[in-house]
Amino acid sequence: MNGRISKVGLVLLGCFVALFVQLNRIQVFQANGLNAHAENLRSLDRSYERNRGIVATADGVVLARSVERSGGDVARRREFPEGELFAQITGFYSFEYGADGVERAFSDELAGLTDAQRYDQFSDFFVDRDRSADLTLTVRHDVQQAARSALGDRKGSVVVLDPRTGAVLALWSYPSYDPNRLSGDDIEAVRSAWAELNADAQQPMLGRAYRERYPPGSTFKVVTGAIGVQSGAITALGPVFPMASSYTPPASRNPISNFGGMSCGGTLVEVFTVSCNSAFAQMGAEYIGPAKMVSTVGGFGFNTTVPFDLPSPAISVFPVQYGAEISPGVYEDSARLAQASIGQNDVAATPLTMAVVAAAIANDGAVMNPHVLQRIESRDGKVLFERFPTRWQRAVSPATAALIRQGMAAVVSQGTASALTMDGVEVGAKTGTAEVGDASATIAWVIGYAGVSGGAPSVAFAVIVEADPGIGEQTGGRIAVPIARAVVEQALKPMQPVSGG
Amino acid sequence: MGPVRRTTELGLLLLAALIVACGYTLASLGGAGFLFDDLVWLLGGLIGLFAVGHLGIRRLAPNADGLLLPLAGLLNGLGYVFIARMNTGLAAAQATWSLVGMAGFLVTLVLIRRTRSLESYRYSFAALGIGLLLLPSLPLIGREINGAQIWISVGPMSFQPAEAAKLALAAFLAGYLVDKRELLALSTRRFGPLYLPDPRHLGPLLVAWSVSLLVMVNQKDLGSSLLFFALFVVLVWVATGRAAYLVLGGLLFGAGAFGAYHLFGHVRDRISIWLDPWPVAKGAGYQVVEAAFAMADGGLTGTGLGLGNASRIPARETDFIFAVVAEELGLAGATAVLLAYLLLIGCGLRIAMQTEYAFEKLFATGLTALLGFQAFVIIAGVTRVLPLTGVTLPFMSLGGSSLLANYVLIALLVRISDETAQRRVAMLDGRTVLSAGSAELLS
Repeated sequence: MNGRISKVGLVLLGCFVALFVQLNRIQVFQANGLNAHAENLRSLDRSYERNRGIVATADGVVLARSVERSGGDVARRREFPEGELFAQITGFYSFEYGADGVERAFSDELAGLTDAQRYDQFSDFFVDRDRSADLTLTVRHDVQQAARSALGDRKGSVVVLDPRTGAVLALWSYPSYDPNRLSGDDIEAVRSAWAELNADAQQPMLGRAYRERYPPGSTFKVVTGAIGVQSGAITALGPVFPMASSYTPPASRNPISNFGGMSCGGTLVEVFTVSCNSAFAQMGAEYIGPAKMVSTVGGFGFNTTVPFDLPSPAISVFPVQYGAEISPGVYEDSARLAQASIGQNDVAATPLTMAVVAAAIANDGAVMNPHVLQRIESRDGKVLFERFPTRWQRAVSPATAALIRQGMAAVVSQGTASALTMDGVEVGAKTGTAEVGDASATIAWVIGYAGVSGGAPSVAFAVIVEADPGIGEQTGGRIAVPIARAVVEQALKPMQPVSGG
Repeated sequence: MGPVRRTTELGLLLLAALIVACGYTLASLGGAGFLFDDLVWLLGGLIGLFAVGHLGIRRLAPNADGLLLPLAGLLNGLGYVFIARMNTGLAAAQATWSLVGMAGFLVTLVLIRRTRSLESYRYSFAALGIGLLLLPSLPLIGREINGAQIWISVGPMSFQPAEAAKLALAAFLAGYLVDKRELLALSTRRFGPLYLPDPRHLGPLLVAWSVSLLVMVNQKDLGSSLLFFALFVVLVWVATGRAAYLVLGGLLFGAGAFGAYHLFGHVRDRISIWLDPWPVAKGAGYQVVEAAFAMADGGLTGTGLGLGNASRIPARETDFIFAVVAEELGLAGATAVLLAYLLLIGCGLRIAMQTEYAFEKLFATGLTALLGFQAFVIIAGVTRVLPLTGVTLPFMSLGGSSLLANYVLIALLVRISDETAQRRVAMLDGRTVLSAGSAELLS
């Protein structure tokens, strides 16, 4: 029996070795990931009693500050003077429910808890003082304000970037919420506000501008066209797509129709200008093929986490499986690729990603890291961090980007985005519409760029509006384009610093 | 042999007391910034209990193994430090329960002078074990706490009978298997590819097995079910040496797990949370998620005693106390606790291997397996090695039933090791004490 008893011992030893291995994984190898996890509120617990710095826009408007209080359980409360206007960016800061947005992503910096802040001087090893830091964002109050008033009470999002740097100039979505409701003194009121906001079917706390995905519809033709040119399959002169009212993909019986049964065809810029479904479906399915679509689409930020500095951005998706090649250039699922090439099927993009697409084309094919944080300054005015523009990746070559800009400019001069025409401003855009899920709503899109004529584009944007079911792209353009225009006009004006905050 | 072992035990107990006292001081200073006067007395009382236990062993089992009590005391003391640090209101309760546990330890040593005398009561133990398991299902005294019907309460006292039932069932199994192991090792019937013994001999085993499992499934006590299952399989295999029982046990376990998965929503929930708790991190999965955050926060060396953020961990004084240990003492301290359990297991199995009597071997193996698997099952649940099943962490978790049962368990091991050592001493002295059991000795 002793032999078997020692085997029992070996089994138990094995069990405990498994525990030891798992503890190593949790406490050492995965520790950083767990500590930074979106659901982890421990670092917030640590910093709640500390003073936190000020968060301000690029033009000097205070978005969040700590207010001293006398009495009560909590020594300070967080105040958000702009209310719902910047809630999707600053997030909230609550003792009960943690934080979101900048308050979460830069919680340690605001509270002065990073190692660089804590051990700035030798004496810091012995003395605990207020080391909270102030954050300056890239967002402009005036552009954000313009986005809110242009979108009004329609569900949707507006994202504005500087394509040269990746700086976010505005990021607004409606509905929003008032973060002050979650940082109040009255715990019961905070609880009921939290319950109400979470129960709201409109999901005001979602941050749909970078956390919700929508089918991109025709705006995705920017990506398909750029990949076509980049792959060498498409040039300015050819192929010339046949005039047709629909296109039936290989190995499929279901034709893809053009909007309203219109017949269209021609060269790249021609089919781009009229948003010709048949041409772009054929371009993706037959001229480009799955391998090049899938390998190049990542350059625009699909199927990868965008390196954004707000927490938990959603990943935009382009399908990757098209089955086996059944004859040269024809795949089991070529029909799916044809639909994906015009932004349908399972393609899903966040407004942020589509703004990044527009910015990539505007910036000669180079994608800059999108970001909202410009600078971190310590209490005594020392700059702890300054954001310098950094390139995330290259989507396409400058020549490819230039050709696509020709197409986008034509959409403004002759196509669905003519309302974006502005004197002395070079504008390019692409509109789109797409039905969501059960067709209960239609999404109207416009993405594009703008800049003073002769210079590099300085604004890239994506606007989406959830509109009535069944509207066409013309109508979609009519709904989304005026919003884009109002925002772009404001963004092109030089920034007016607000003094005194 | 005895005096050397007692000196070792005293030295180790002093070391354990030192660790516990230092831990307590650090935890108080770290948490509150000062020492609670009245709790210091409780701590002194707890350490005094170690001394009482030691003196008790000197008198009642002078030749016993010297590691068991210091290890149990160390874990008991560390558990107390963490419970007192998290909830000063529970410190007195845990200290009282430690007293009850130590009383149980001494009473066991007084009452049971000869372990093999338990052998003849095997069917009484079977009835006692199953009876204890049935108690919480009875009206009036049964209580459902946190979704599991595993408590009974009489007046102000609450008790988890499964903790005592496991000792009774270990005694039954050891006694039954000593009697029947040769018959059980003979395969006379063929069931498909398996050769099994005559159902007449297997029958009582399967009945006891299925009754205890059914009772526990009925009470939603997954942890104890798992524990009893392991006990049955381990003991039957150790007794008979037939790999067929491992296969049979595996098949029964598979069938039971499959059935439970499809029949019971709470089993399905546990499994899906185990596989991926993140989608329900704010809901049903928050226990393991918060435990993982706590342990990750601790890192290699821990946040320091009293400096962690235990309030975020659910069931922190009971099922999840290990997560608090791993947070505040880090990987280093958590590993030390794992090693303490491994040493206890090593001691128990060494005692099982040293004794010459089959009953004592099986009983000691069963007791050790219970303790070892119970520690494993709950730590594995907290660290997501296995689905979470609520059992207490032996000696560390808050709770009287568990402390009492585990102190009795240790006392039984102490008694077995004392008897074995006594026989050895007698043999070395040239005296013969073999007359009573020489036949058994040769088996």
